[in-house]
Amino acid sequence: MAMSAITVDNLSKRYLLGHQSDPRFRNKDVNLRDAIVRTVRGAVHRTGDTLRGREMIQGDRLEEFWALKGISFEVKEGEVLGIIGRNGAGKSTLLKILSRITEPTAGRVTIHGRVASLLEVGTGFHAELSGRENIFLNGAILGMTRADIRKKFDEIVAFSEVERFLDTPVKRYSSGMYVRLAFAVAAHLEPEILIVDEVLAVGDAAFQAKCMGKMSSVAQENRTVLFVSHNMGAVKTLTTRSILLESGVVTANGPSEAVVENYLLRTLDERTKALRAKNLEGFRRGRLYDNPPARILEINIANPNEDSDTLPEIELGSDFTIEITLDVERPIVNGDLCVVLMNSQGERVTSLVASDRVMGLSLPPGEKIISLSVPDLYLAPGRYFAEVWLDPMIDSTSCDAVFDYPLLSVVNSGQVSHALTRPWGTVYSKKAEWSVLESAAPVNAR
Amino acid sequence: MADVVIIEKGRHERNYWGDIWRYRELFYVLAWRDVAVRYKQTIIGASWALIRPFLTMVVFTVVFSRIAKLPSDGVTPYPLMVFVGTLPWTFFSTGLTDASNSLIGNSNLISKVYFPRLIVPIAAVVVAFADFLIALAILVGMMFWYRFAPGWNILFFPIFVVAAIGATIGPSLWFTALNVKYRDFRIIVPFIVQLGLYISPVGFSSNIVPPEWRLLYSLNPMVGVIDGFRWSLLGSSSQLYLPGVAVSFLVIIIFMWLGVRQFRATEKSFADLI
Repeated sequence: MAMSAITVDNLSKRYLLGHQSDPRFRNKDVNLRDAIVRTVRGAVHRTGDTLRGREMIQGDRLEEFWALKGISFEVKEGEVLGIIGRNGAGKSTLLKILSRITEPTAGRVTIHGRVASLLEVGTGFHAELSGRENIFLNGAILGMTRADIRKKFDEIVAFSEVERFLDTPVKRYSSGMYVRLAFAVAAHLEPEILIVDEVLAVGDAAFQAKCMGKMSSVAQENRTVLFVSHNMGAVKTLTTRSILLESGVVTANGPSEAVVENYLLRTLDERTKALRAKNLEGFRRGRLYDNPPARILEINIANPNEDSDTLPEIELGSDFTIEITLDVERPIVNGDLCVVLMNSQGERVTSLVASDRVMGLSLPPGEKIISLSVPDLYLAPGRYFAEVWLDPMIDSTSCDAVFDYPLLSVVNSGQVSHALTRPWGTVYSKKAEWSVLESAAPVNAR
Repeated sequence: MADVVIIEKGRHERNYWGDIWRYRELFYVLAWRDVAVRYKQTIIGASWALIRPFLTMVVFTVVFSRIAKLPSDGVTPYPLMVFVGTLPWTFFSTGLTDASNSLIGNSNLISKVYFPRLIVPIAAVVVAFADFLIALAILVGMMFWYRFAPGWNILFFPIFVVAAIGATIGPSLWFTALNVKYRDFRIIVPFIVQLGLYISPVGFSSNIVPPEWRLLYSLNPMVGVIDGFRWSLLGSSSQLYLPGVAVSFLVIIIFMWLGVRQFRATEKSFADLI
């Protein structure tokens, strides 16, 4: 059993935010008298606060903001832990506490070993100094001794690929060179615990690959690494375990694959929910007629397996029926309706056009539901979006169109295939047959 | 297993001063950086450290000796007396100004990396001290020029150098800590430095202060330091007023204590406030 390198116990951090409660003072165009009143009042408040030993906050009303709300977790020695979460979830606050930059409001952290943090590459670089001088400066800031740096100097320079410009002030560097040099220094740190935040977001692809290589070799040297990134691919490859932070709370803690999946689904869920909450108006882009004869009112899936508040779900390999509600104001003769299905990457799966099957839609005024059943198209597990076009006449300009509408989610609960997750592709063949042919030729295993 | 660090609210690390020692490399490097950067992209470079005190001396000699006709200390040439006064004063004023802005100037470090914050203002004082050493070299040249040999009192000179460092660090820490929170001090510090020049005996001898006021006058810590500099470097011809020196030293110690206390108390919140 490995020893724990970091133990975080019920950690909380509060910030105080100031607000201006009087709306008169909120806008900038106050008259001079108001401005003077506000200044004097503010000064009196601030002096009072200072005398009472409170923090000085702009504005006259305080709001507490808990960036972290009692989080607990543990990192084992030699473990590479990913920390993911949306902007403002508390990741940076957590790292700042762990690297002792700021103090927690409550709770406790126990750290075994020397911590070095890379909260941003190039911290403390001085623009006037040369690359060589900055290597020493930055190294010292990150906690290396001059002897350490001298020992690794050549390695750092080679890694950074800026040999030729070592004696040029870094203010003349291109941003790529700057970042490469900064990361090179950081990559040669040798603390027991390394905290990395968002450094892989920089450099070209080749350099990023190099950084990834360096990171995983660090991890293999049995050093503890905390890795914070928005790059889910990097988190999955570099870390074994991850925690998910959401508004200051740990909402998931487990194998990185699962936590990343969880996080991505949750983000997608929320986006879909937000999208569907707005009615169709949010998706309507092509109102091409001033006074359209008909409009699309609703797009639904008939009898879904489960109609969650996010997306109607259907089982892998089952038929589905799309229902489109139209509001027809003036009669339509020989109209057309087109449904384009797209996967979550925005690639077209297929388009279904009414005039391919019938000679054209003829609709009397009123609310009409058009049903489109699709019995032989089996979509692979995933989420699908729809684009719907309504033409008053075949081949005419559309009078209404809806784009990127979250239509349905195909799930695999194990009835069709035992492999619950797998890169499925986009379509699924229900009727594919496998057989072994008695022949001299080897079996074509495709 | 390496050392254990526990992070909790209001916890003062037992090994705070040990930490400062551990981070001494950073201290050297920051001081070196400030020295290296100070005269980058200037034409005459480090000569500025020579020119500034020299010009101050010329102007003060003209104003106080030739125009205001103030007396020198005994037989000491007036320029020499002024120059010895500007030495600690320039050190104090540069140190105080640079140190009080040092944390704000390094805010990108403060908000990204941990190290004992005390290193930053002290490194700024060290940079001012480098200028002080250069100016000291000019003084040696001037003493040769005036054929003025220091007496046995020069043995006490190191004490007054330490006092000058103390007099600079104490208020520097105090103002640095306050400046992070209340930027008012960015305006206050230059003002103090400007006024201080006139209420400290830089351009004149403190012997011209009426005796009944001298003790009160010595509440200004720089009075004791400058008097001590003159006494130890320029010989016994300038009398050392001991009670005054004692009062000044006491004030220096009080300011040191205040400064360190204020700094330590607010240090942890620097990253949130800066």
